Amino acid sequence: MNNTLSLHVNGKDYEIDIDPDTPLLYVLRNELGLNGAKFGCGLQQCGACTVLLDGESRLSCQLPVREAVKFKIRTIEGLVRDDGSLHPVQAAFVKEQAAQCGYCLNGMVMASVALLEGNNNPSDDEIRKKLAINICRCGAHSRIIKAVKTAAQEL
Amino acid sequence: MAAPITLSCENQTAPLTEKSLDKNDINSWLQVLEDGRIRIYTGKLELGQGISTAVKQVAAEELDTSLDMIEVNMAETGVTPDEGFTAGSMSIESSAMSIRQAAASAREAILKLAAQKWRIPVSELFLKDGRVRGKDKEATLYELLKGRQIEGSLDSSVELKGKTVRKYVGQPLPRKDIEAMVRGEAVFVQDLRFPRMVHARVVHPPGYASRIVSMDEDAIQKLPGLLKIVRKGNFVGVIAEKEYGAIQLKRKVDSFIQWDTSPGLPDQSALKSHLKALPADVEVHEDRGNAEKVLKESTTQLTASFFKPYLMHAANGPSCAVAFFDNERLKVWSHCQGAYPLRRTLAKLMEMPEDSVNVKAVPGSGCFGHNGANDVAAEAALLAREFPGRHIRLQWMRDDENGWEPFGTAMMVDLRASLDDKGKIAAWNCDVWSDGHSNRPNENPNTLLPAHFLERDYGHPGIGYRGGAWRNAAPYYTIPNLKVRSHMFQGPLRVSSLRSLGTYTNILAVESLMDELAEQAQKDPIQFRIEHLRDARAIECIQKLQKHIADVTLGQNEGLGVAFSRYKNETVYCAMAAKVYVDRGTGKVRVKKLWAVVEAGETINPDGLKNQTEGGMIQSASWALMEEVKFDRKHITSLDWGSYPMLRFPDTPEVEVEVIDRPDQPPVGAGEASMAPTTAAIVNAIYRSTGVRVRTLPVNRELLRA
Repeated sequence: MNNTLSLHVNGKDYEIDIDPDTPLLYVLRNELGLNGAKFGCGLQQCGACTVLLDGESRLSCQLPVREAVKFKIRTIEGLVRDDGSLHPVQAAFVKEQAAQCGYCLNGMVMASVALLEGNNNPSDDEIRKKLAINICRCGAHSRIIKAVKTAAQEL
Repeated sequence: MAAPITLSCENQTAPLTEKSLDKNDINSWLQVLEDGRIRIYTGKLELGQGISTAVKQVAAEELDTSLDMIEVNMAETGVTPDEGFTAGSMSIESSAMSIRQAAASAREAILKLAAQKWRIPVSELFLKDGRVRGKDKEATLYELLKGRQIEGSLDSSVELKGKTVRKYVGQPLPRKDIEAMVRGEAVFVQDLRFPRMVHARVVHPPGYASRIVSMDEDAIQKLPGLLKIVRKGNFVGVIAEKEYGAIQLKRKVDSFIQWDTSPGLPDQSALKSHLKALPADVEVHEDRGNAEKVLKESTTQLTASFFKPYLMHAANGPSCAVAFFDNERLKVWSHCQGAYPLRRTLAKLMEMPEDSVNVKAVPGSGCFGHNGANDVAAEAALLAREFPGRHIRLQWMRDDENGWEPFGTAMMVDLRASLDDKGKIAAWNCDVWSDGHSNRPNENPNTLLPAHFLERDYGHPGIGYRGGAWRNAAPYYTIPNLKVRSHMFQGPLRVSSLRSLGTYTNILAVESLMDELAEQAQKDPIQFRIEHLRDARAIECIQKLQKHIADVTLGQNEGLGVAFSRYKNETVYCAMAAKVYVDRGTGKVRVKKLWAVVEAGETINPDGLKNQTEGGMIQSASWALMEEVKFDRKHITSLDWGSYPMLRFPDTPEVEVEVIDRPDQPPVGAGEASMAPTTAAIVNAIYRSTGVRVRTLPVNRELLRA
C-alpha cells in the first residue's frame, strides 16, 4: 500500500508516493534518479549503498523509507558544491585515482566524508576500521587509504 | 518521476553513416565528428582496467590531439569492429594497437589529402588538435574531409609517434571516468534508466539439480503488483513496475513453487578425491629429455601436491542487464565481455536471426573474467520477449550471483622434481587436473545459464579453450628434462574464466617447489631462480625486486617470501615479495606488505599498469587467505559475504609497485600478471615464518598454530 512521504535529500524536500517499506536505496535510485548509491548485496554487508543520515554514514539497502523521513539525507551527488566543484573527499579520490571499476566508490567516499567530518586527522588504523564494512573487489584499498589521507589535508 | 538517464559514458549521437566494420579499414576504428572531435571505436569494454584511457592515449599521440578531443565508443554490435572478448589481458595488445595503427594511418591520409588540395608538400604540413596547418593554410579535419570519413586501410609502414615522441603514451594520465563516478553520474549498466522501464527478478531454483514439481499459477496471478509472470520449463521470472515490488514478488512466487531438491553435487569434504576420480581427458604438453627416467634414478626427488578450491568472481555489483523487444528486434544492454559473441549465442537461444539482435556493452562492476553478465542478459532477453514494448531491467540479487555465476574451477597440481649433483634442476614432472577455464558464450546456448532451466536439452557446451588449464604449468626456468600433462575433467560446478586462469595454481605450485629445491640445494631462493633463467629481462625484474627488499627487517613470527612468473610464459614479467606475520596462537596470517616489479614491454599508462598490478596483489591475497566456494549436496552455500568472506580494509596489505618501461618492446596487457606470484610469495613467506608448507588453499589456520 502506498503512502505519500516527505523526504529531505541534499537540501531539498521531495513528496513521494511509495510503499513505505521500500528500502531507501530504491527510492533514491529509482524515484529521485540519484544513481550514486549502489545495490551491492541488499544485506548490509558491503557498503555500496552508503548514504549520510544526519551526517552519519548508514547503509540504505534495508532501511525502510518510512524511517528515513526523520533524517537529513545526503548522497554523493549532494557533496558537489553549488558551483559544480568537487568536495575535497571527491577531489582526493580523483587525484589519487582511487578506483578501478568504481562500483564501490560511492560507499568509500561517503564513509570517508563521515569519518573526516568527525576526525580531520585519522590514523591509518582509524581509516581501515571505518571502511571495514566497505568491500572493494578490485583491490583499490591502498589508493583509497591514500585518498582519505589526502582529503584530510585538504579539509 | 525520474527523468530518463543516459550514461555519461554513452555517446548521445547515433553512429555516423559510412561506418565500416572491417578491421582493416581506418574507418572502422576512427571517425571525424562535425565538431572537430575524433571518435574511436573499440570492440572492447571498460572493465575498470582503464582501457578507454589507454586507447585515447595511443590515438592522441598519433594525431597529436588533446585527450579531451577524443571520445570512445565501446563494444556494440553493428557499430564497433568484432573483437571477440575483452579478456586474457589482450585489449592493449589487440585493440589499442589496432587503434594506434588506424590513428597513425589516418594522420598520414589526412596530411596527404591536404597536400594535394593546397599543393604543399606533406613535409610542410602538420596536424595538431584536430586541425591541419601549413604555412598560410589551416583547416579542421572535418572541413578537409567535407563531411566524409577517412578512406583507406591500416598502413603498417607509417611512423608510430607512440614509439618516439611519447607525449601522451607512457604518461600516467588520469582516467576521466573516476570523476564521473564520484559525482554519482550514471556510469554503469545498473544505472541505465529508460522511459516506462519496468523491473524484473528471476526465481532461481534452490539447487543445481532442482526442478519444478508444481507451481500454483492461480495464486501467483492474484499477487498484487504483478505485471507478468514468465515460466519456461524451470525458468521463472517476474516483472513489476517498481524494483522493490519485483524483489518482493520474487520471494512470494518462490513460496508458491514446489521444487524437487534432489542432490546434484558431491560431498565437498571429499572434493579432491572426487575430482581425481572423474573421467579425465589427458594430454601431454611438454616432453623434453626424459623426466621420468631421471626422476626414477634420483635419490633426492621432491614431490608436492597442490589444491586450489572453486573461487568466485564475486563482483561487488550483482550482474544486471536491460532488454527491449519490439516484437521483431531485440536490444540488450549488458556488461558482457563480448558483444558479438553474446549476440550470436542469444540469437541461438531465442531462435532469432542474428541481425535482429543488438548488444551494446556498458560498464558494470569489475568482473575479473566471465561472471553472470551474459546470463543475466539472456534472462532479461527471455523476459523481454514475453513483455514487448517496454524496457526490462533485471538485476540479480546477491544470492543469484553467488549461487549461479560460473566459478573459477578447482584445480590440482602434482609435482615431482630433482636436482643434479651441482644443485641445478635435473628433472621436473607436472600433472595438472582441471575443468575448463573458458566456457564463454559460443554456439551452444547452454553457455548461458537460463538455457539450463529450459525444457530443451542443449547438451554440455564443452570445456572451451584447454590452454587455460596448463597455462604457466611449464616452468619458465631452464630444465633439461621436463614433462607436463593436463587431465581435463568436467566437474560438478558451473565454471568459466577467472582472472589468470590456470596460471594462478600452476605458479603457486612452480614457485613453491622452486623454494623447496633452493633449500635442498642450499641456495638463496632468489639466486637459485636467477641461475635457472636465461632471459635478461626476467633477471633484471628479479634483481630490481631484490633492491626493494634488501633492507627489510623481520620481527618474531614474520617471514619474507619471493616468487616470479612471466605470464603465459610470453608476456608480462612480474617479480613479487611478501612479508607476512603469522599469529601462532590463532594461525591467522597477516600480509603486511607486498612488493612487485612488473615489466609489460612498452607501457601505455604507468599509473594504469600500477593500479592493475596493485589490485591483483590485494585480490590474490584475499583468494589465498580467505576464499573458497562452499556447497552442500544441493546447492552453493556461499550465498553472501558472510559465507564467502574476502579481505577487507583492516587486513589489507601495503603494496608497492615498480614499473619497468621498455618502449622498444611491444606492449602486453598486465591485468592478470600479479595474481599468481602474489599468492606464491605469500605461501613462501609463511614457510619462512613457520616452517609449514601451505599447499592447499585457502590457507588453513589450523596448520599454522604452534
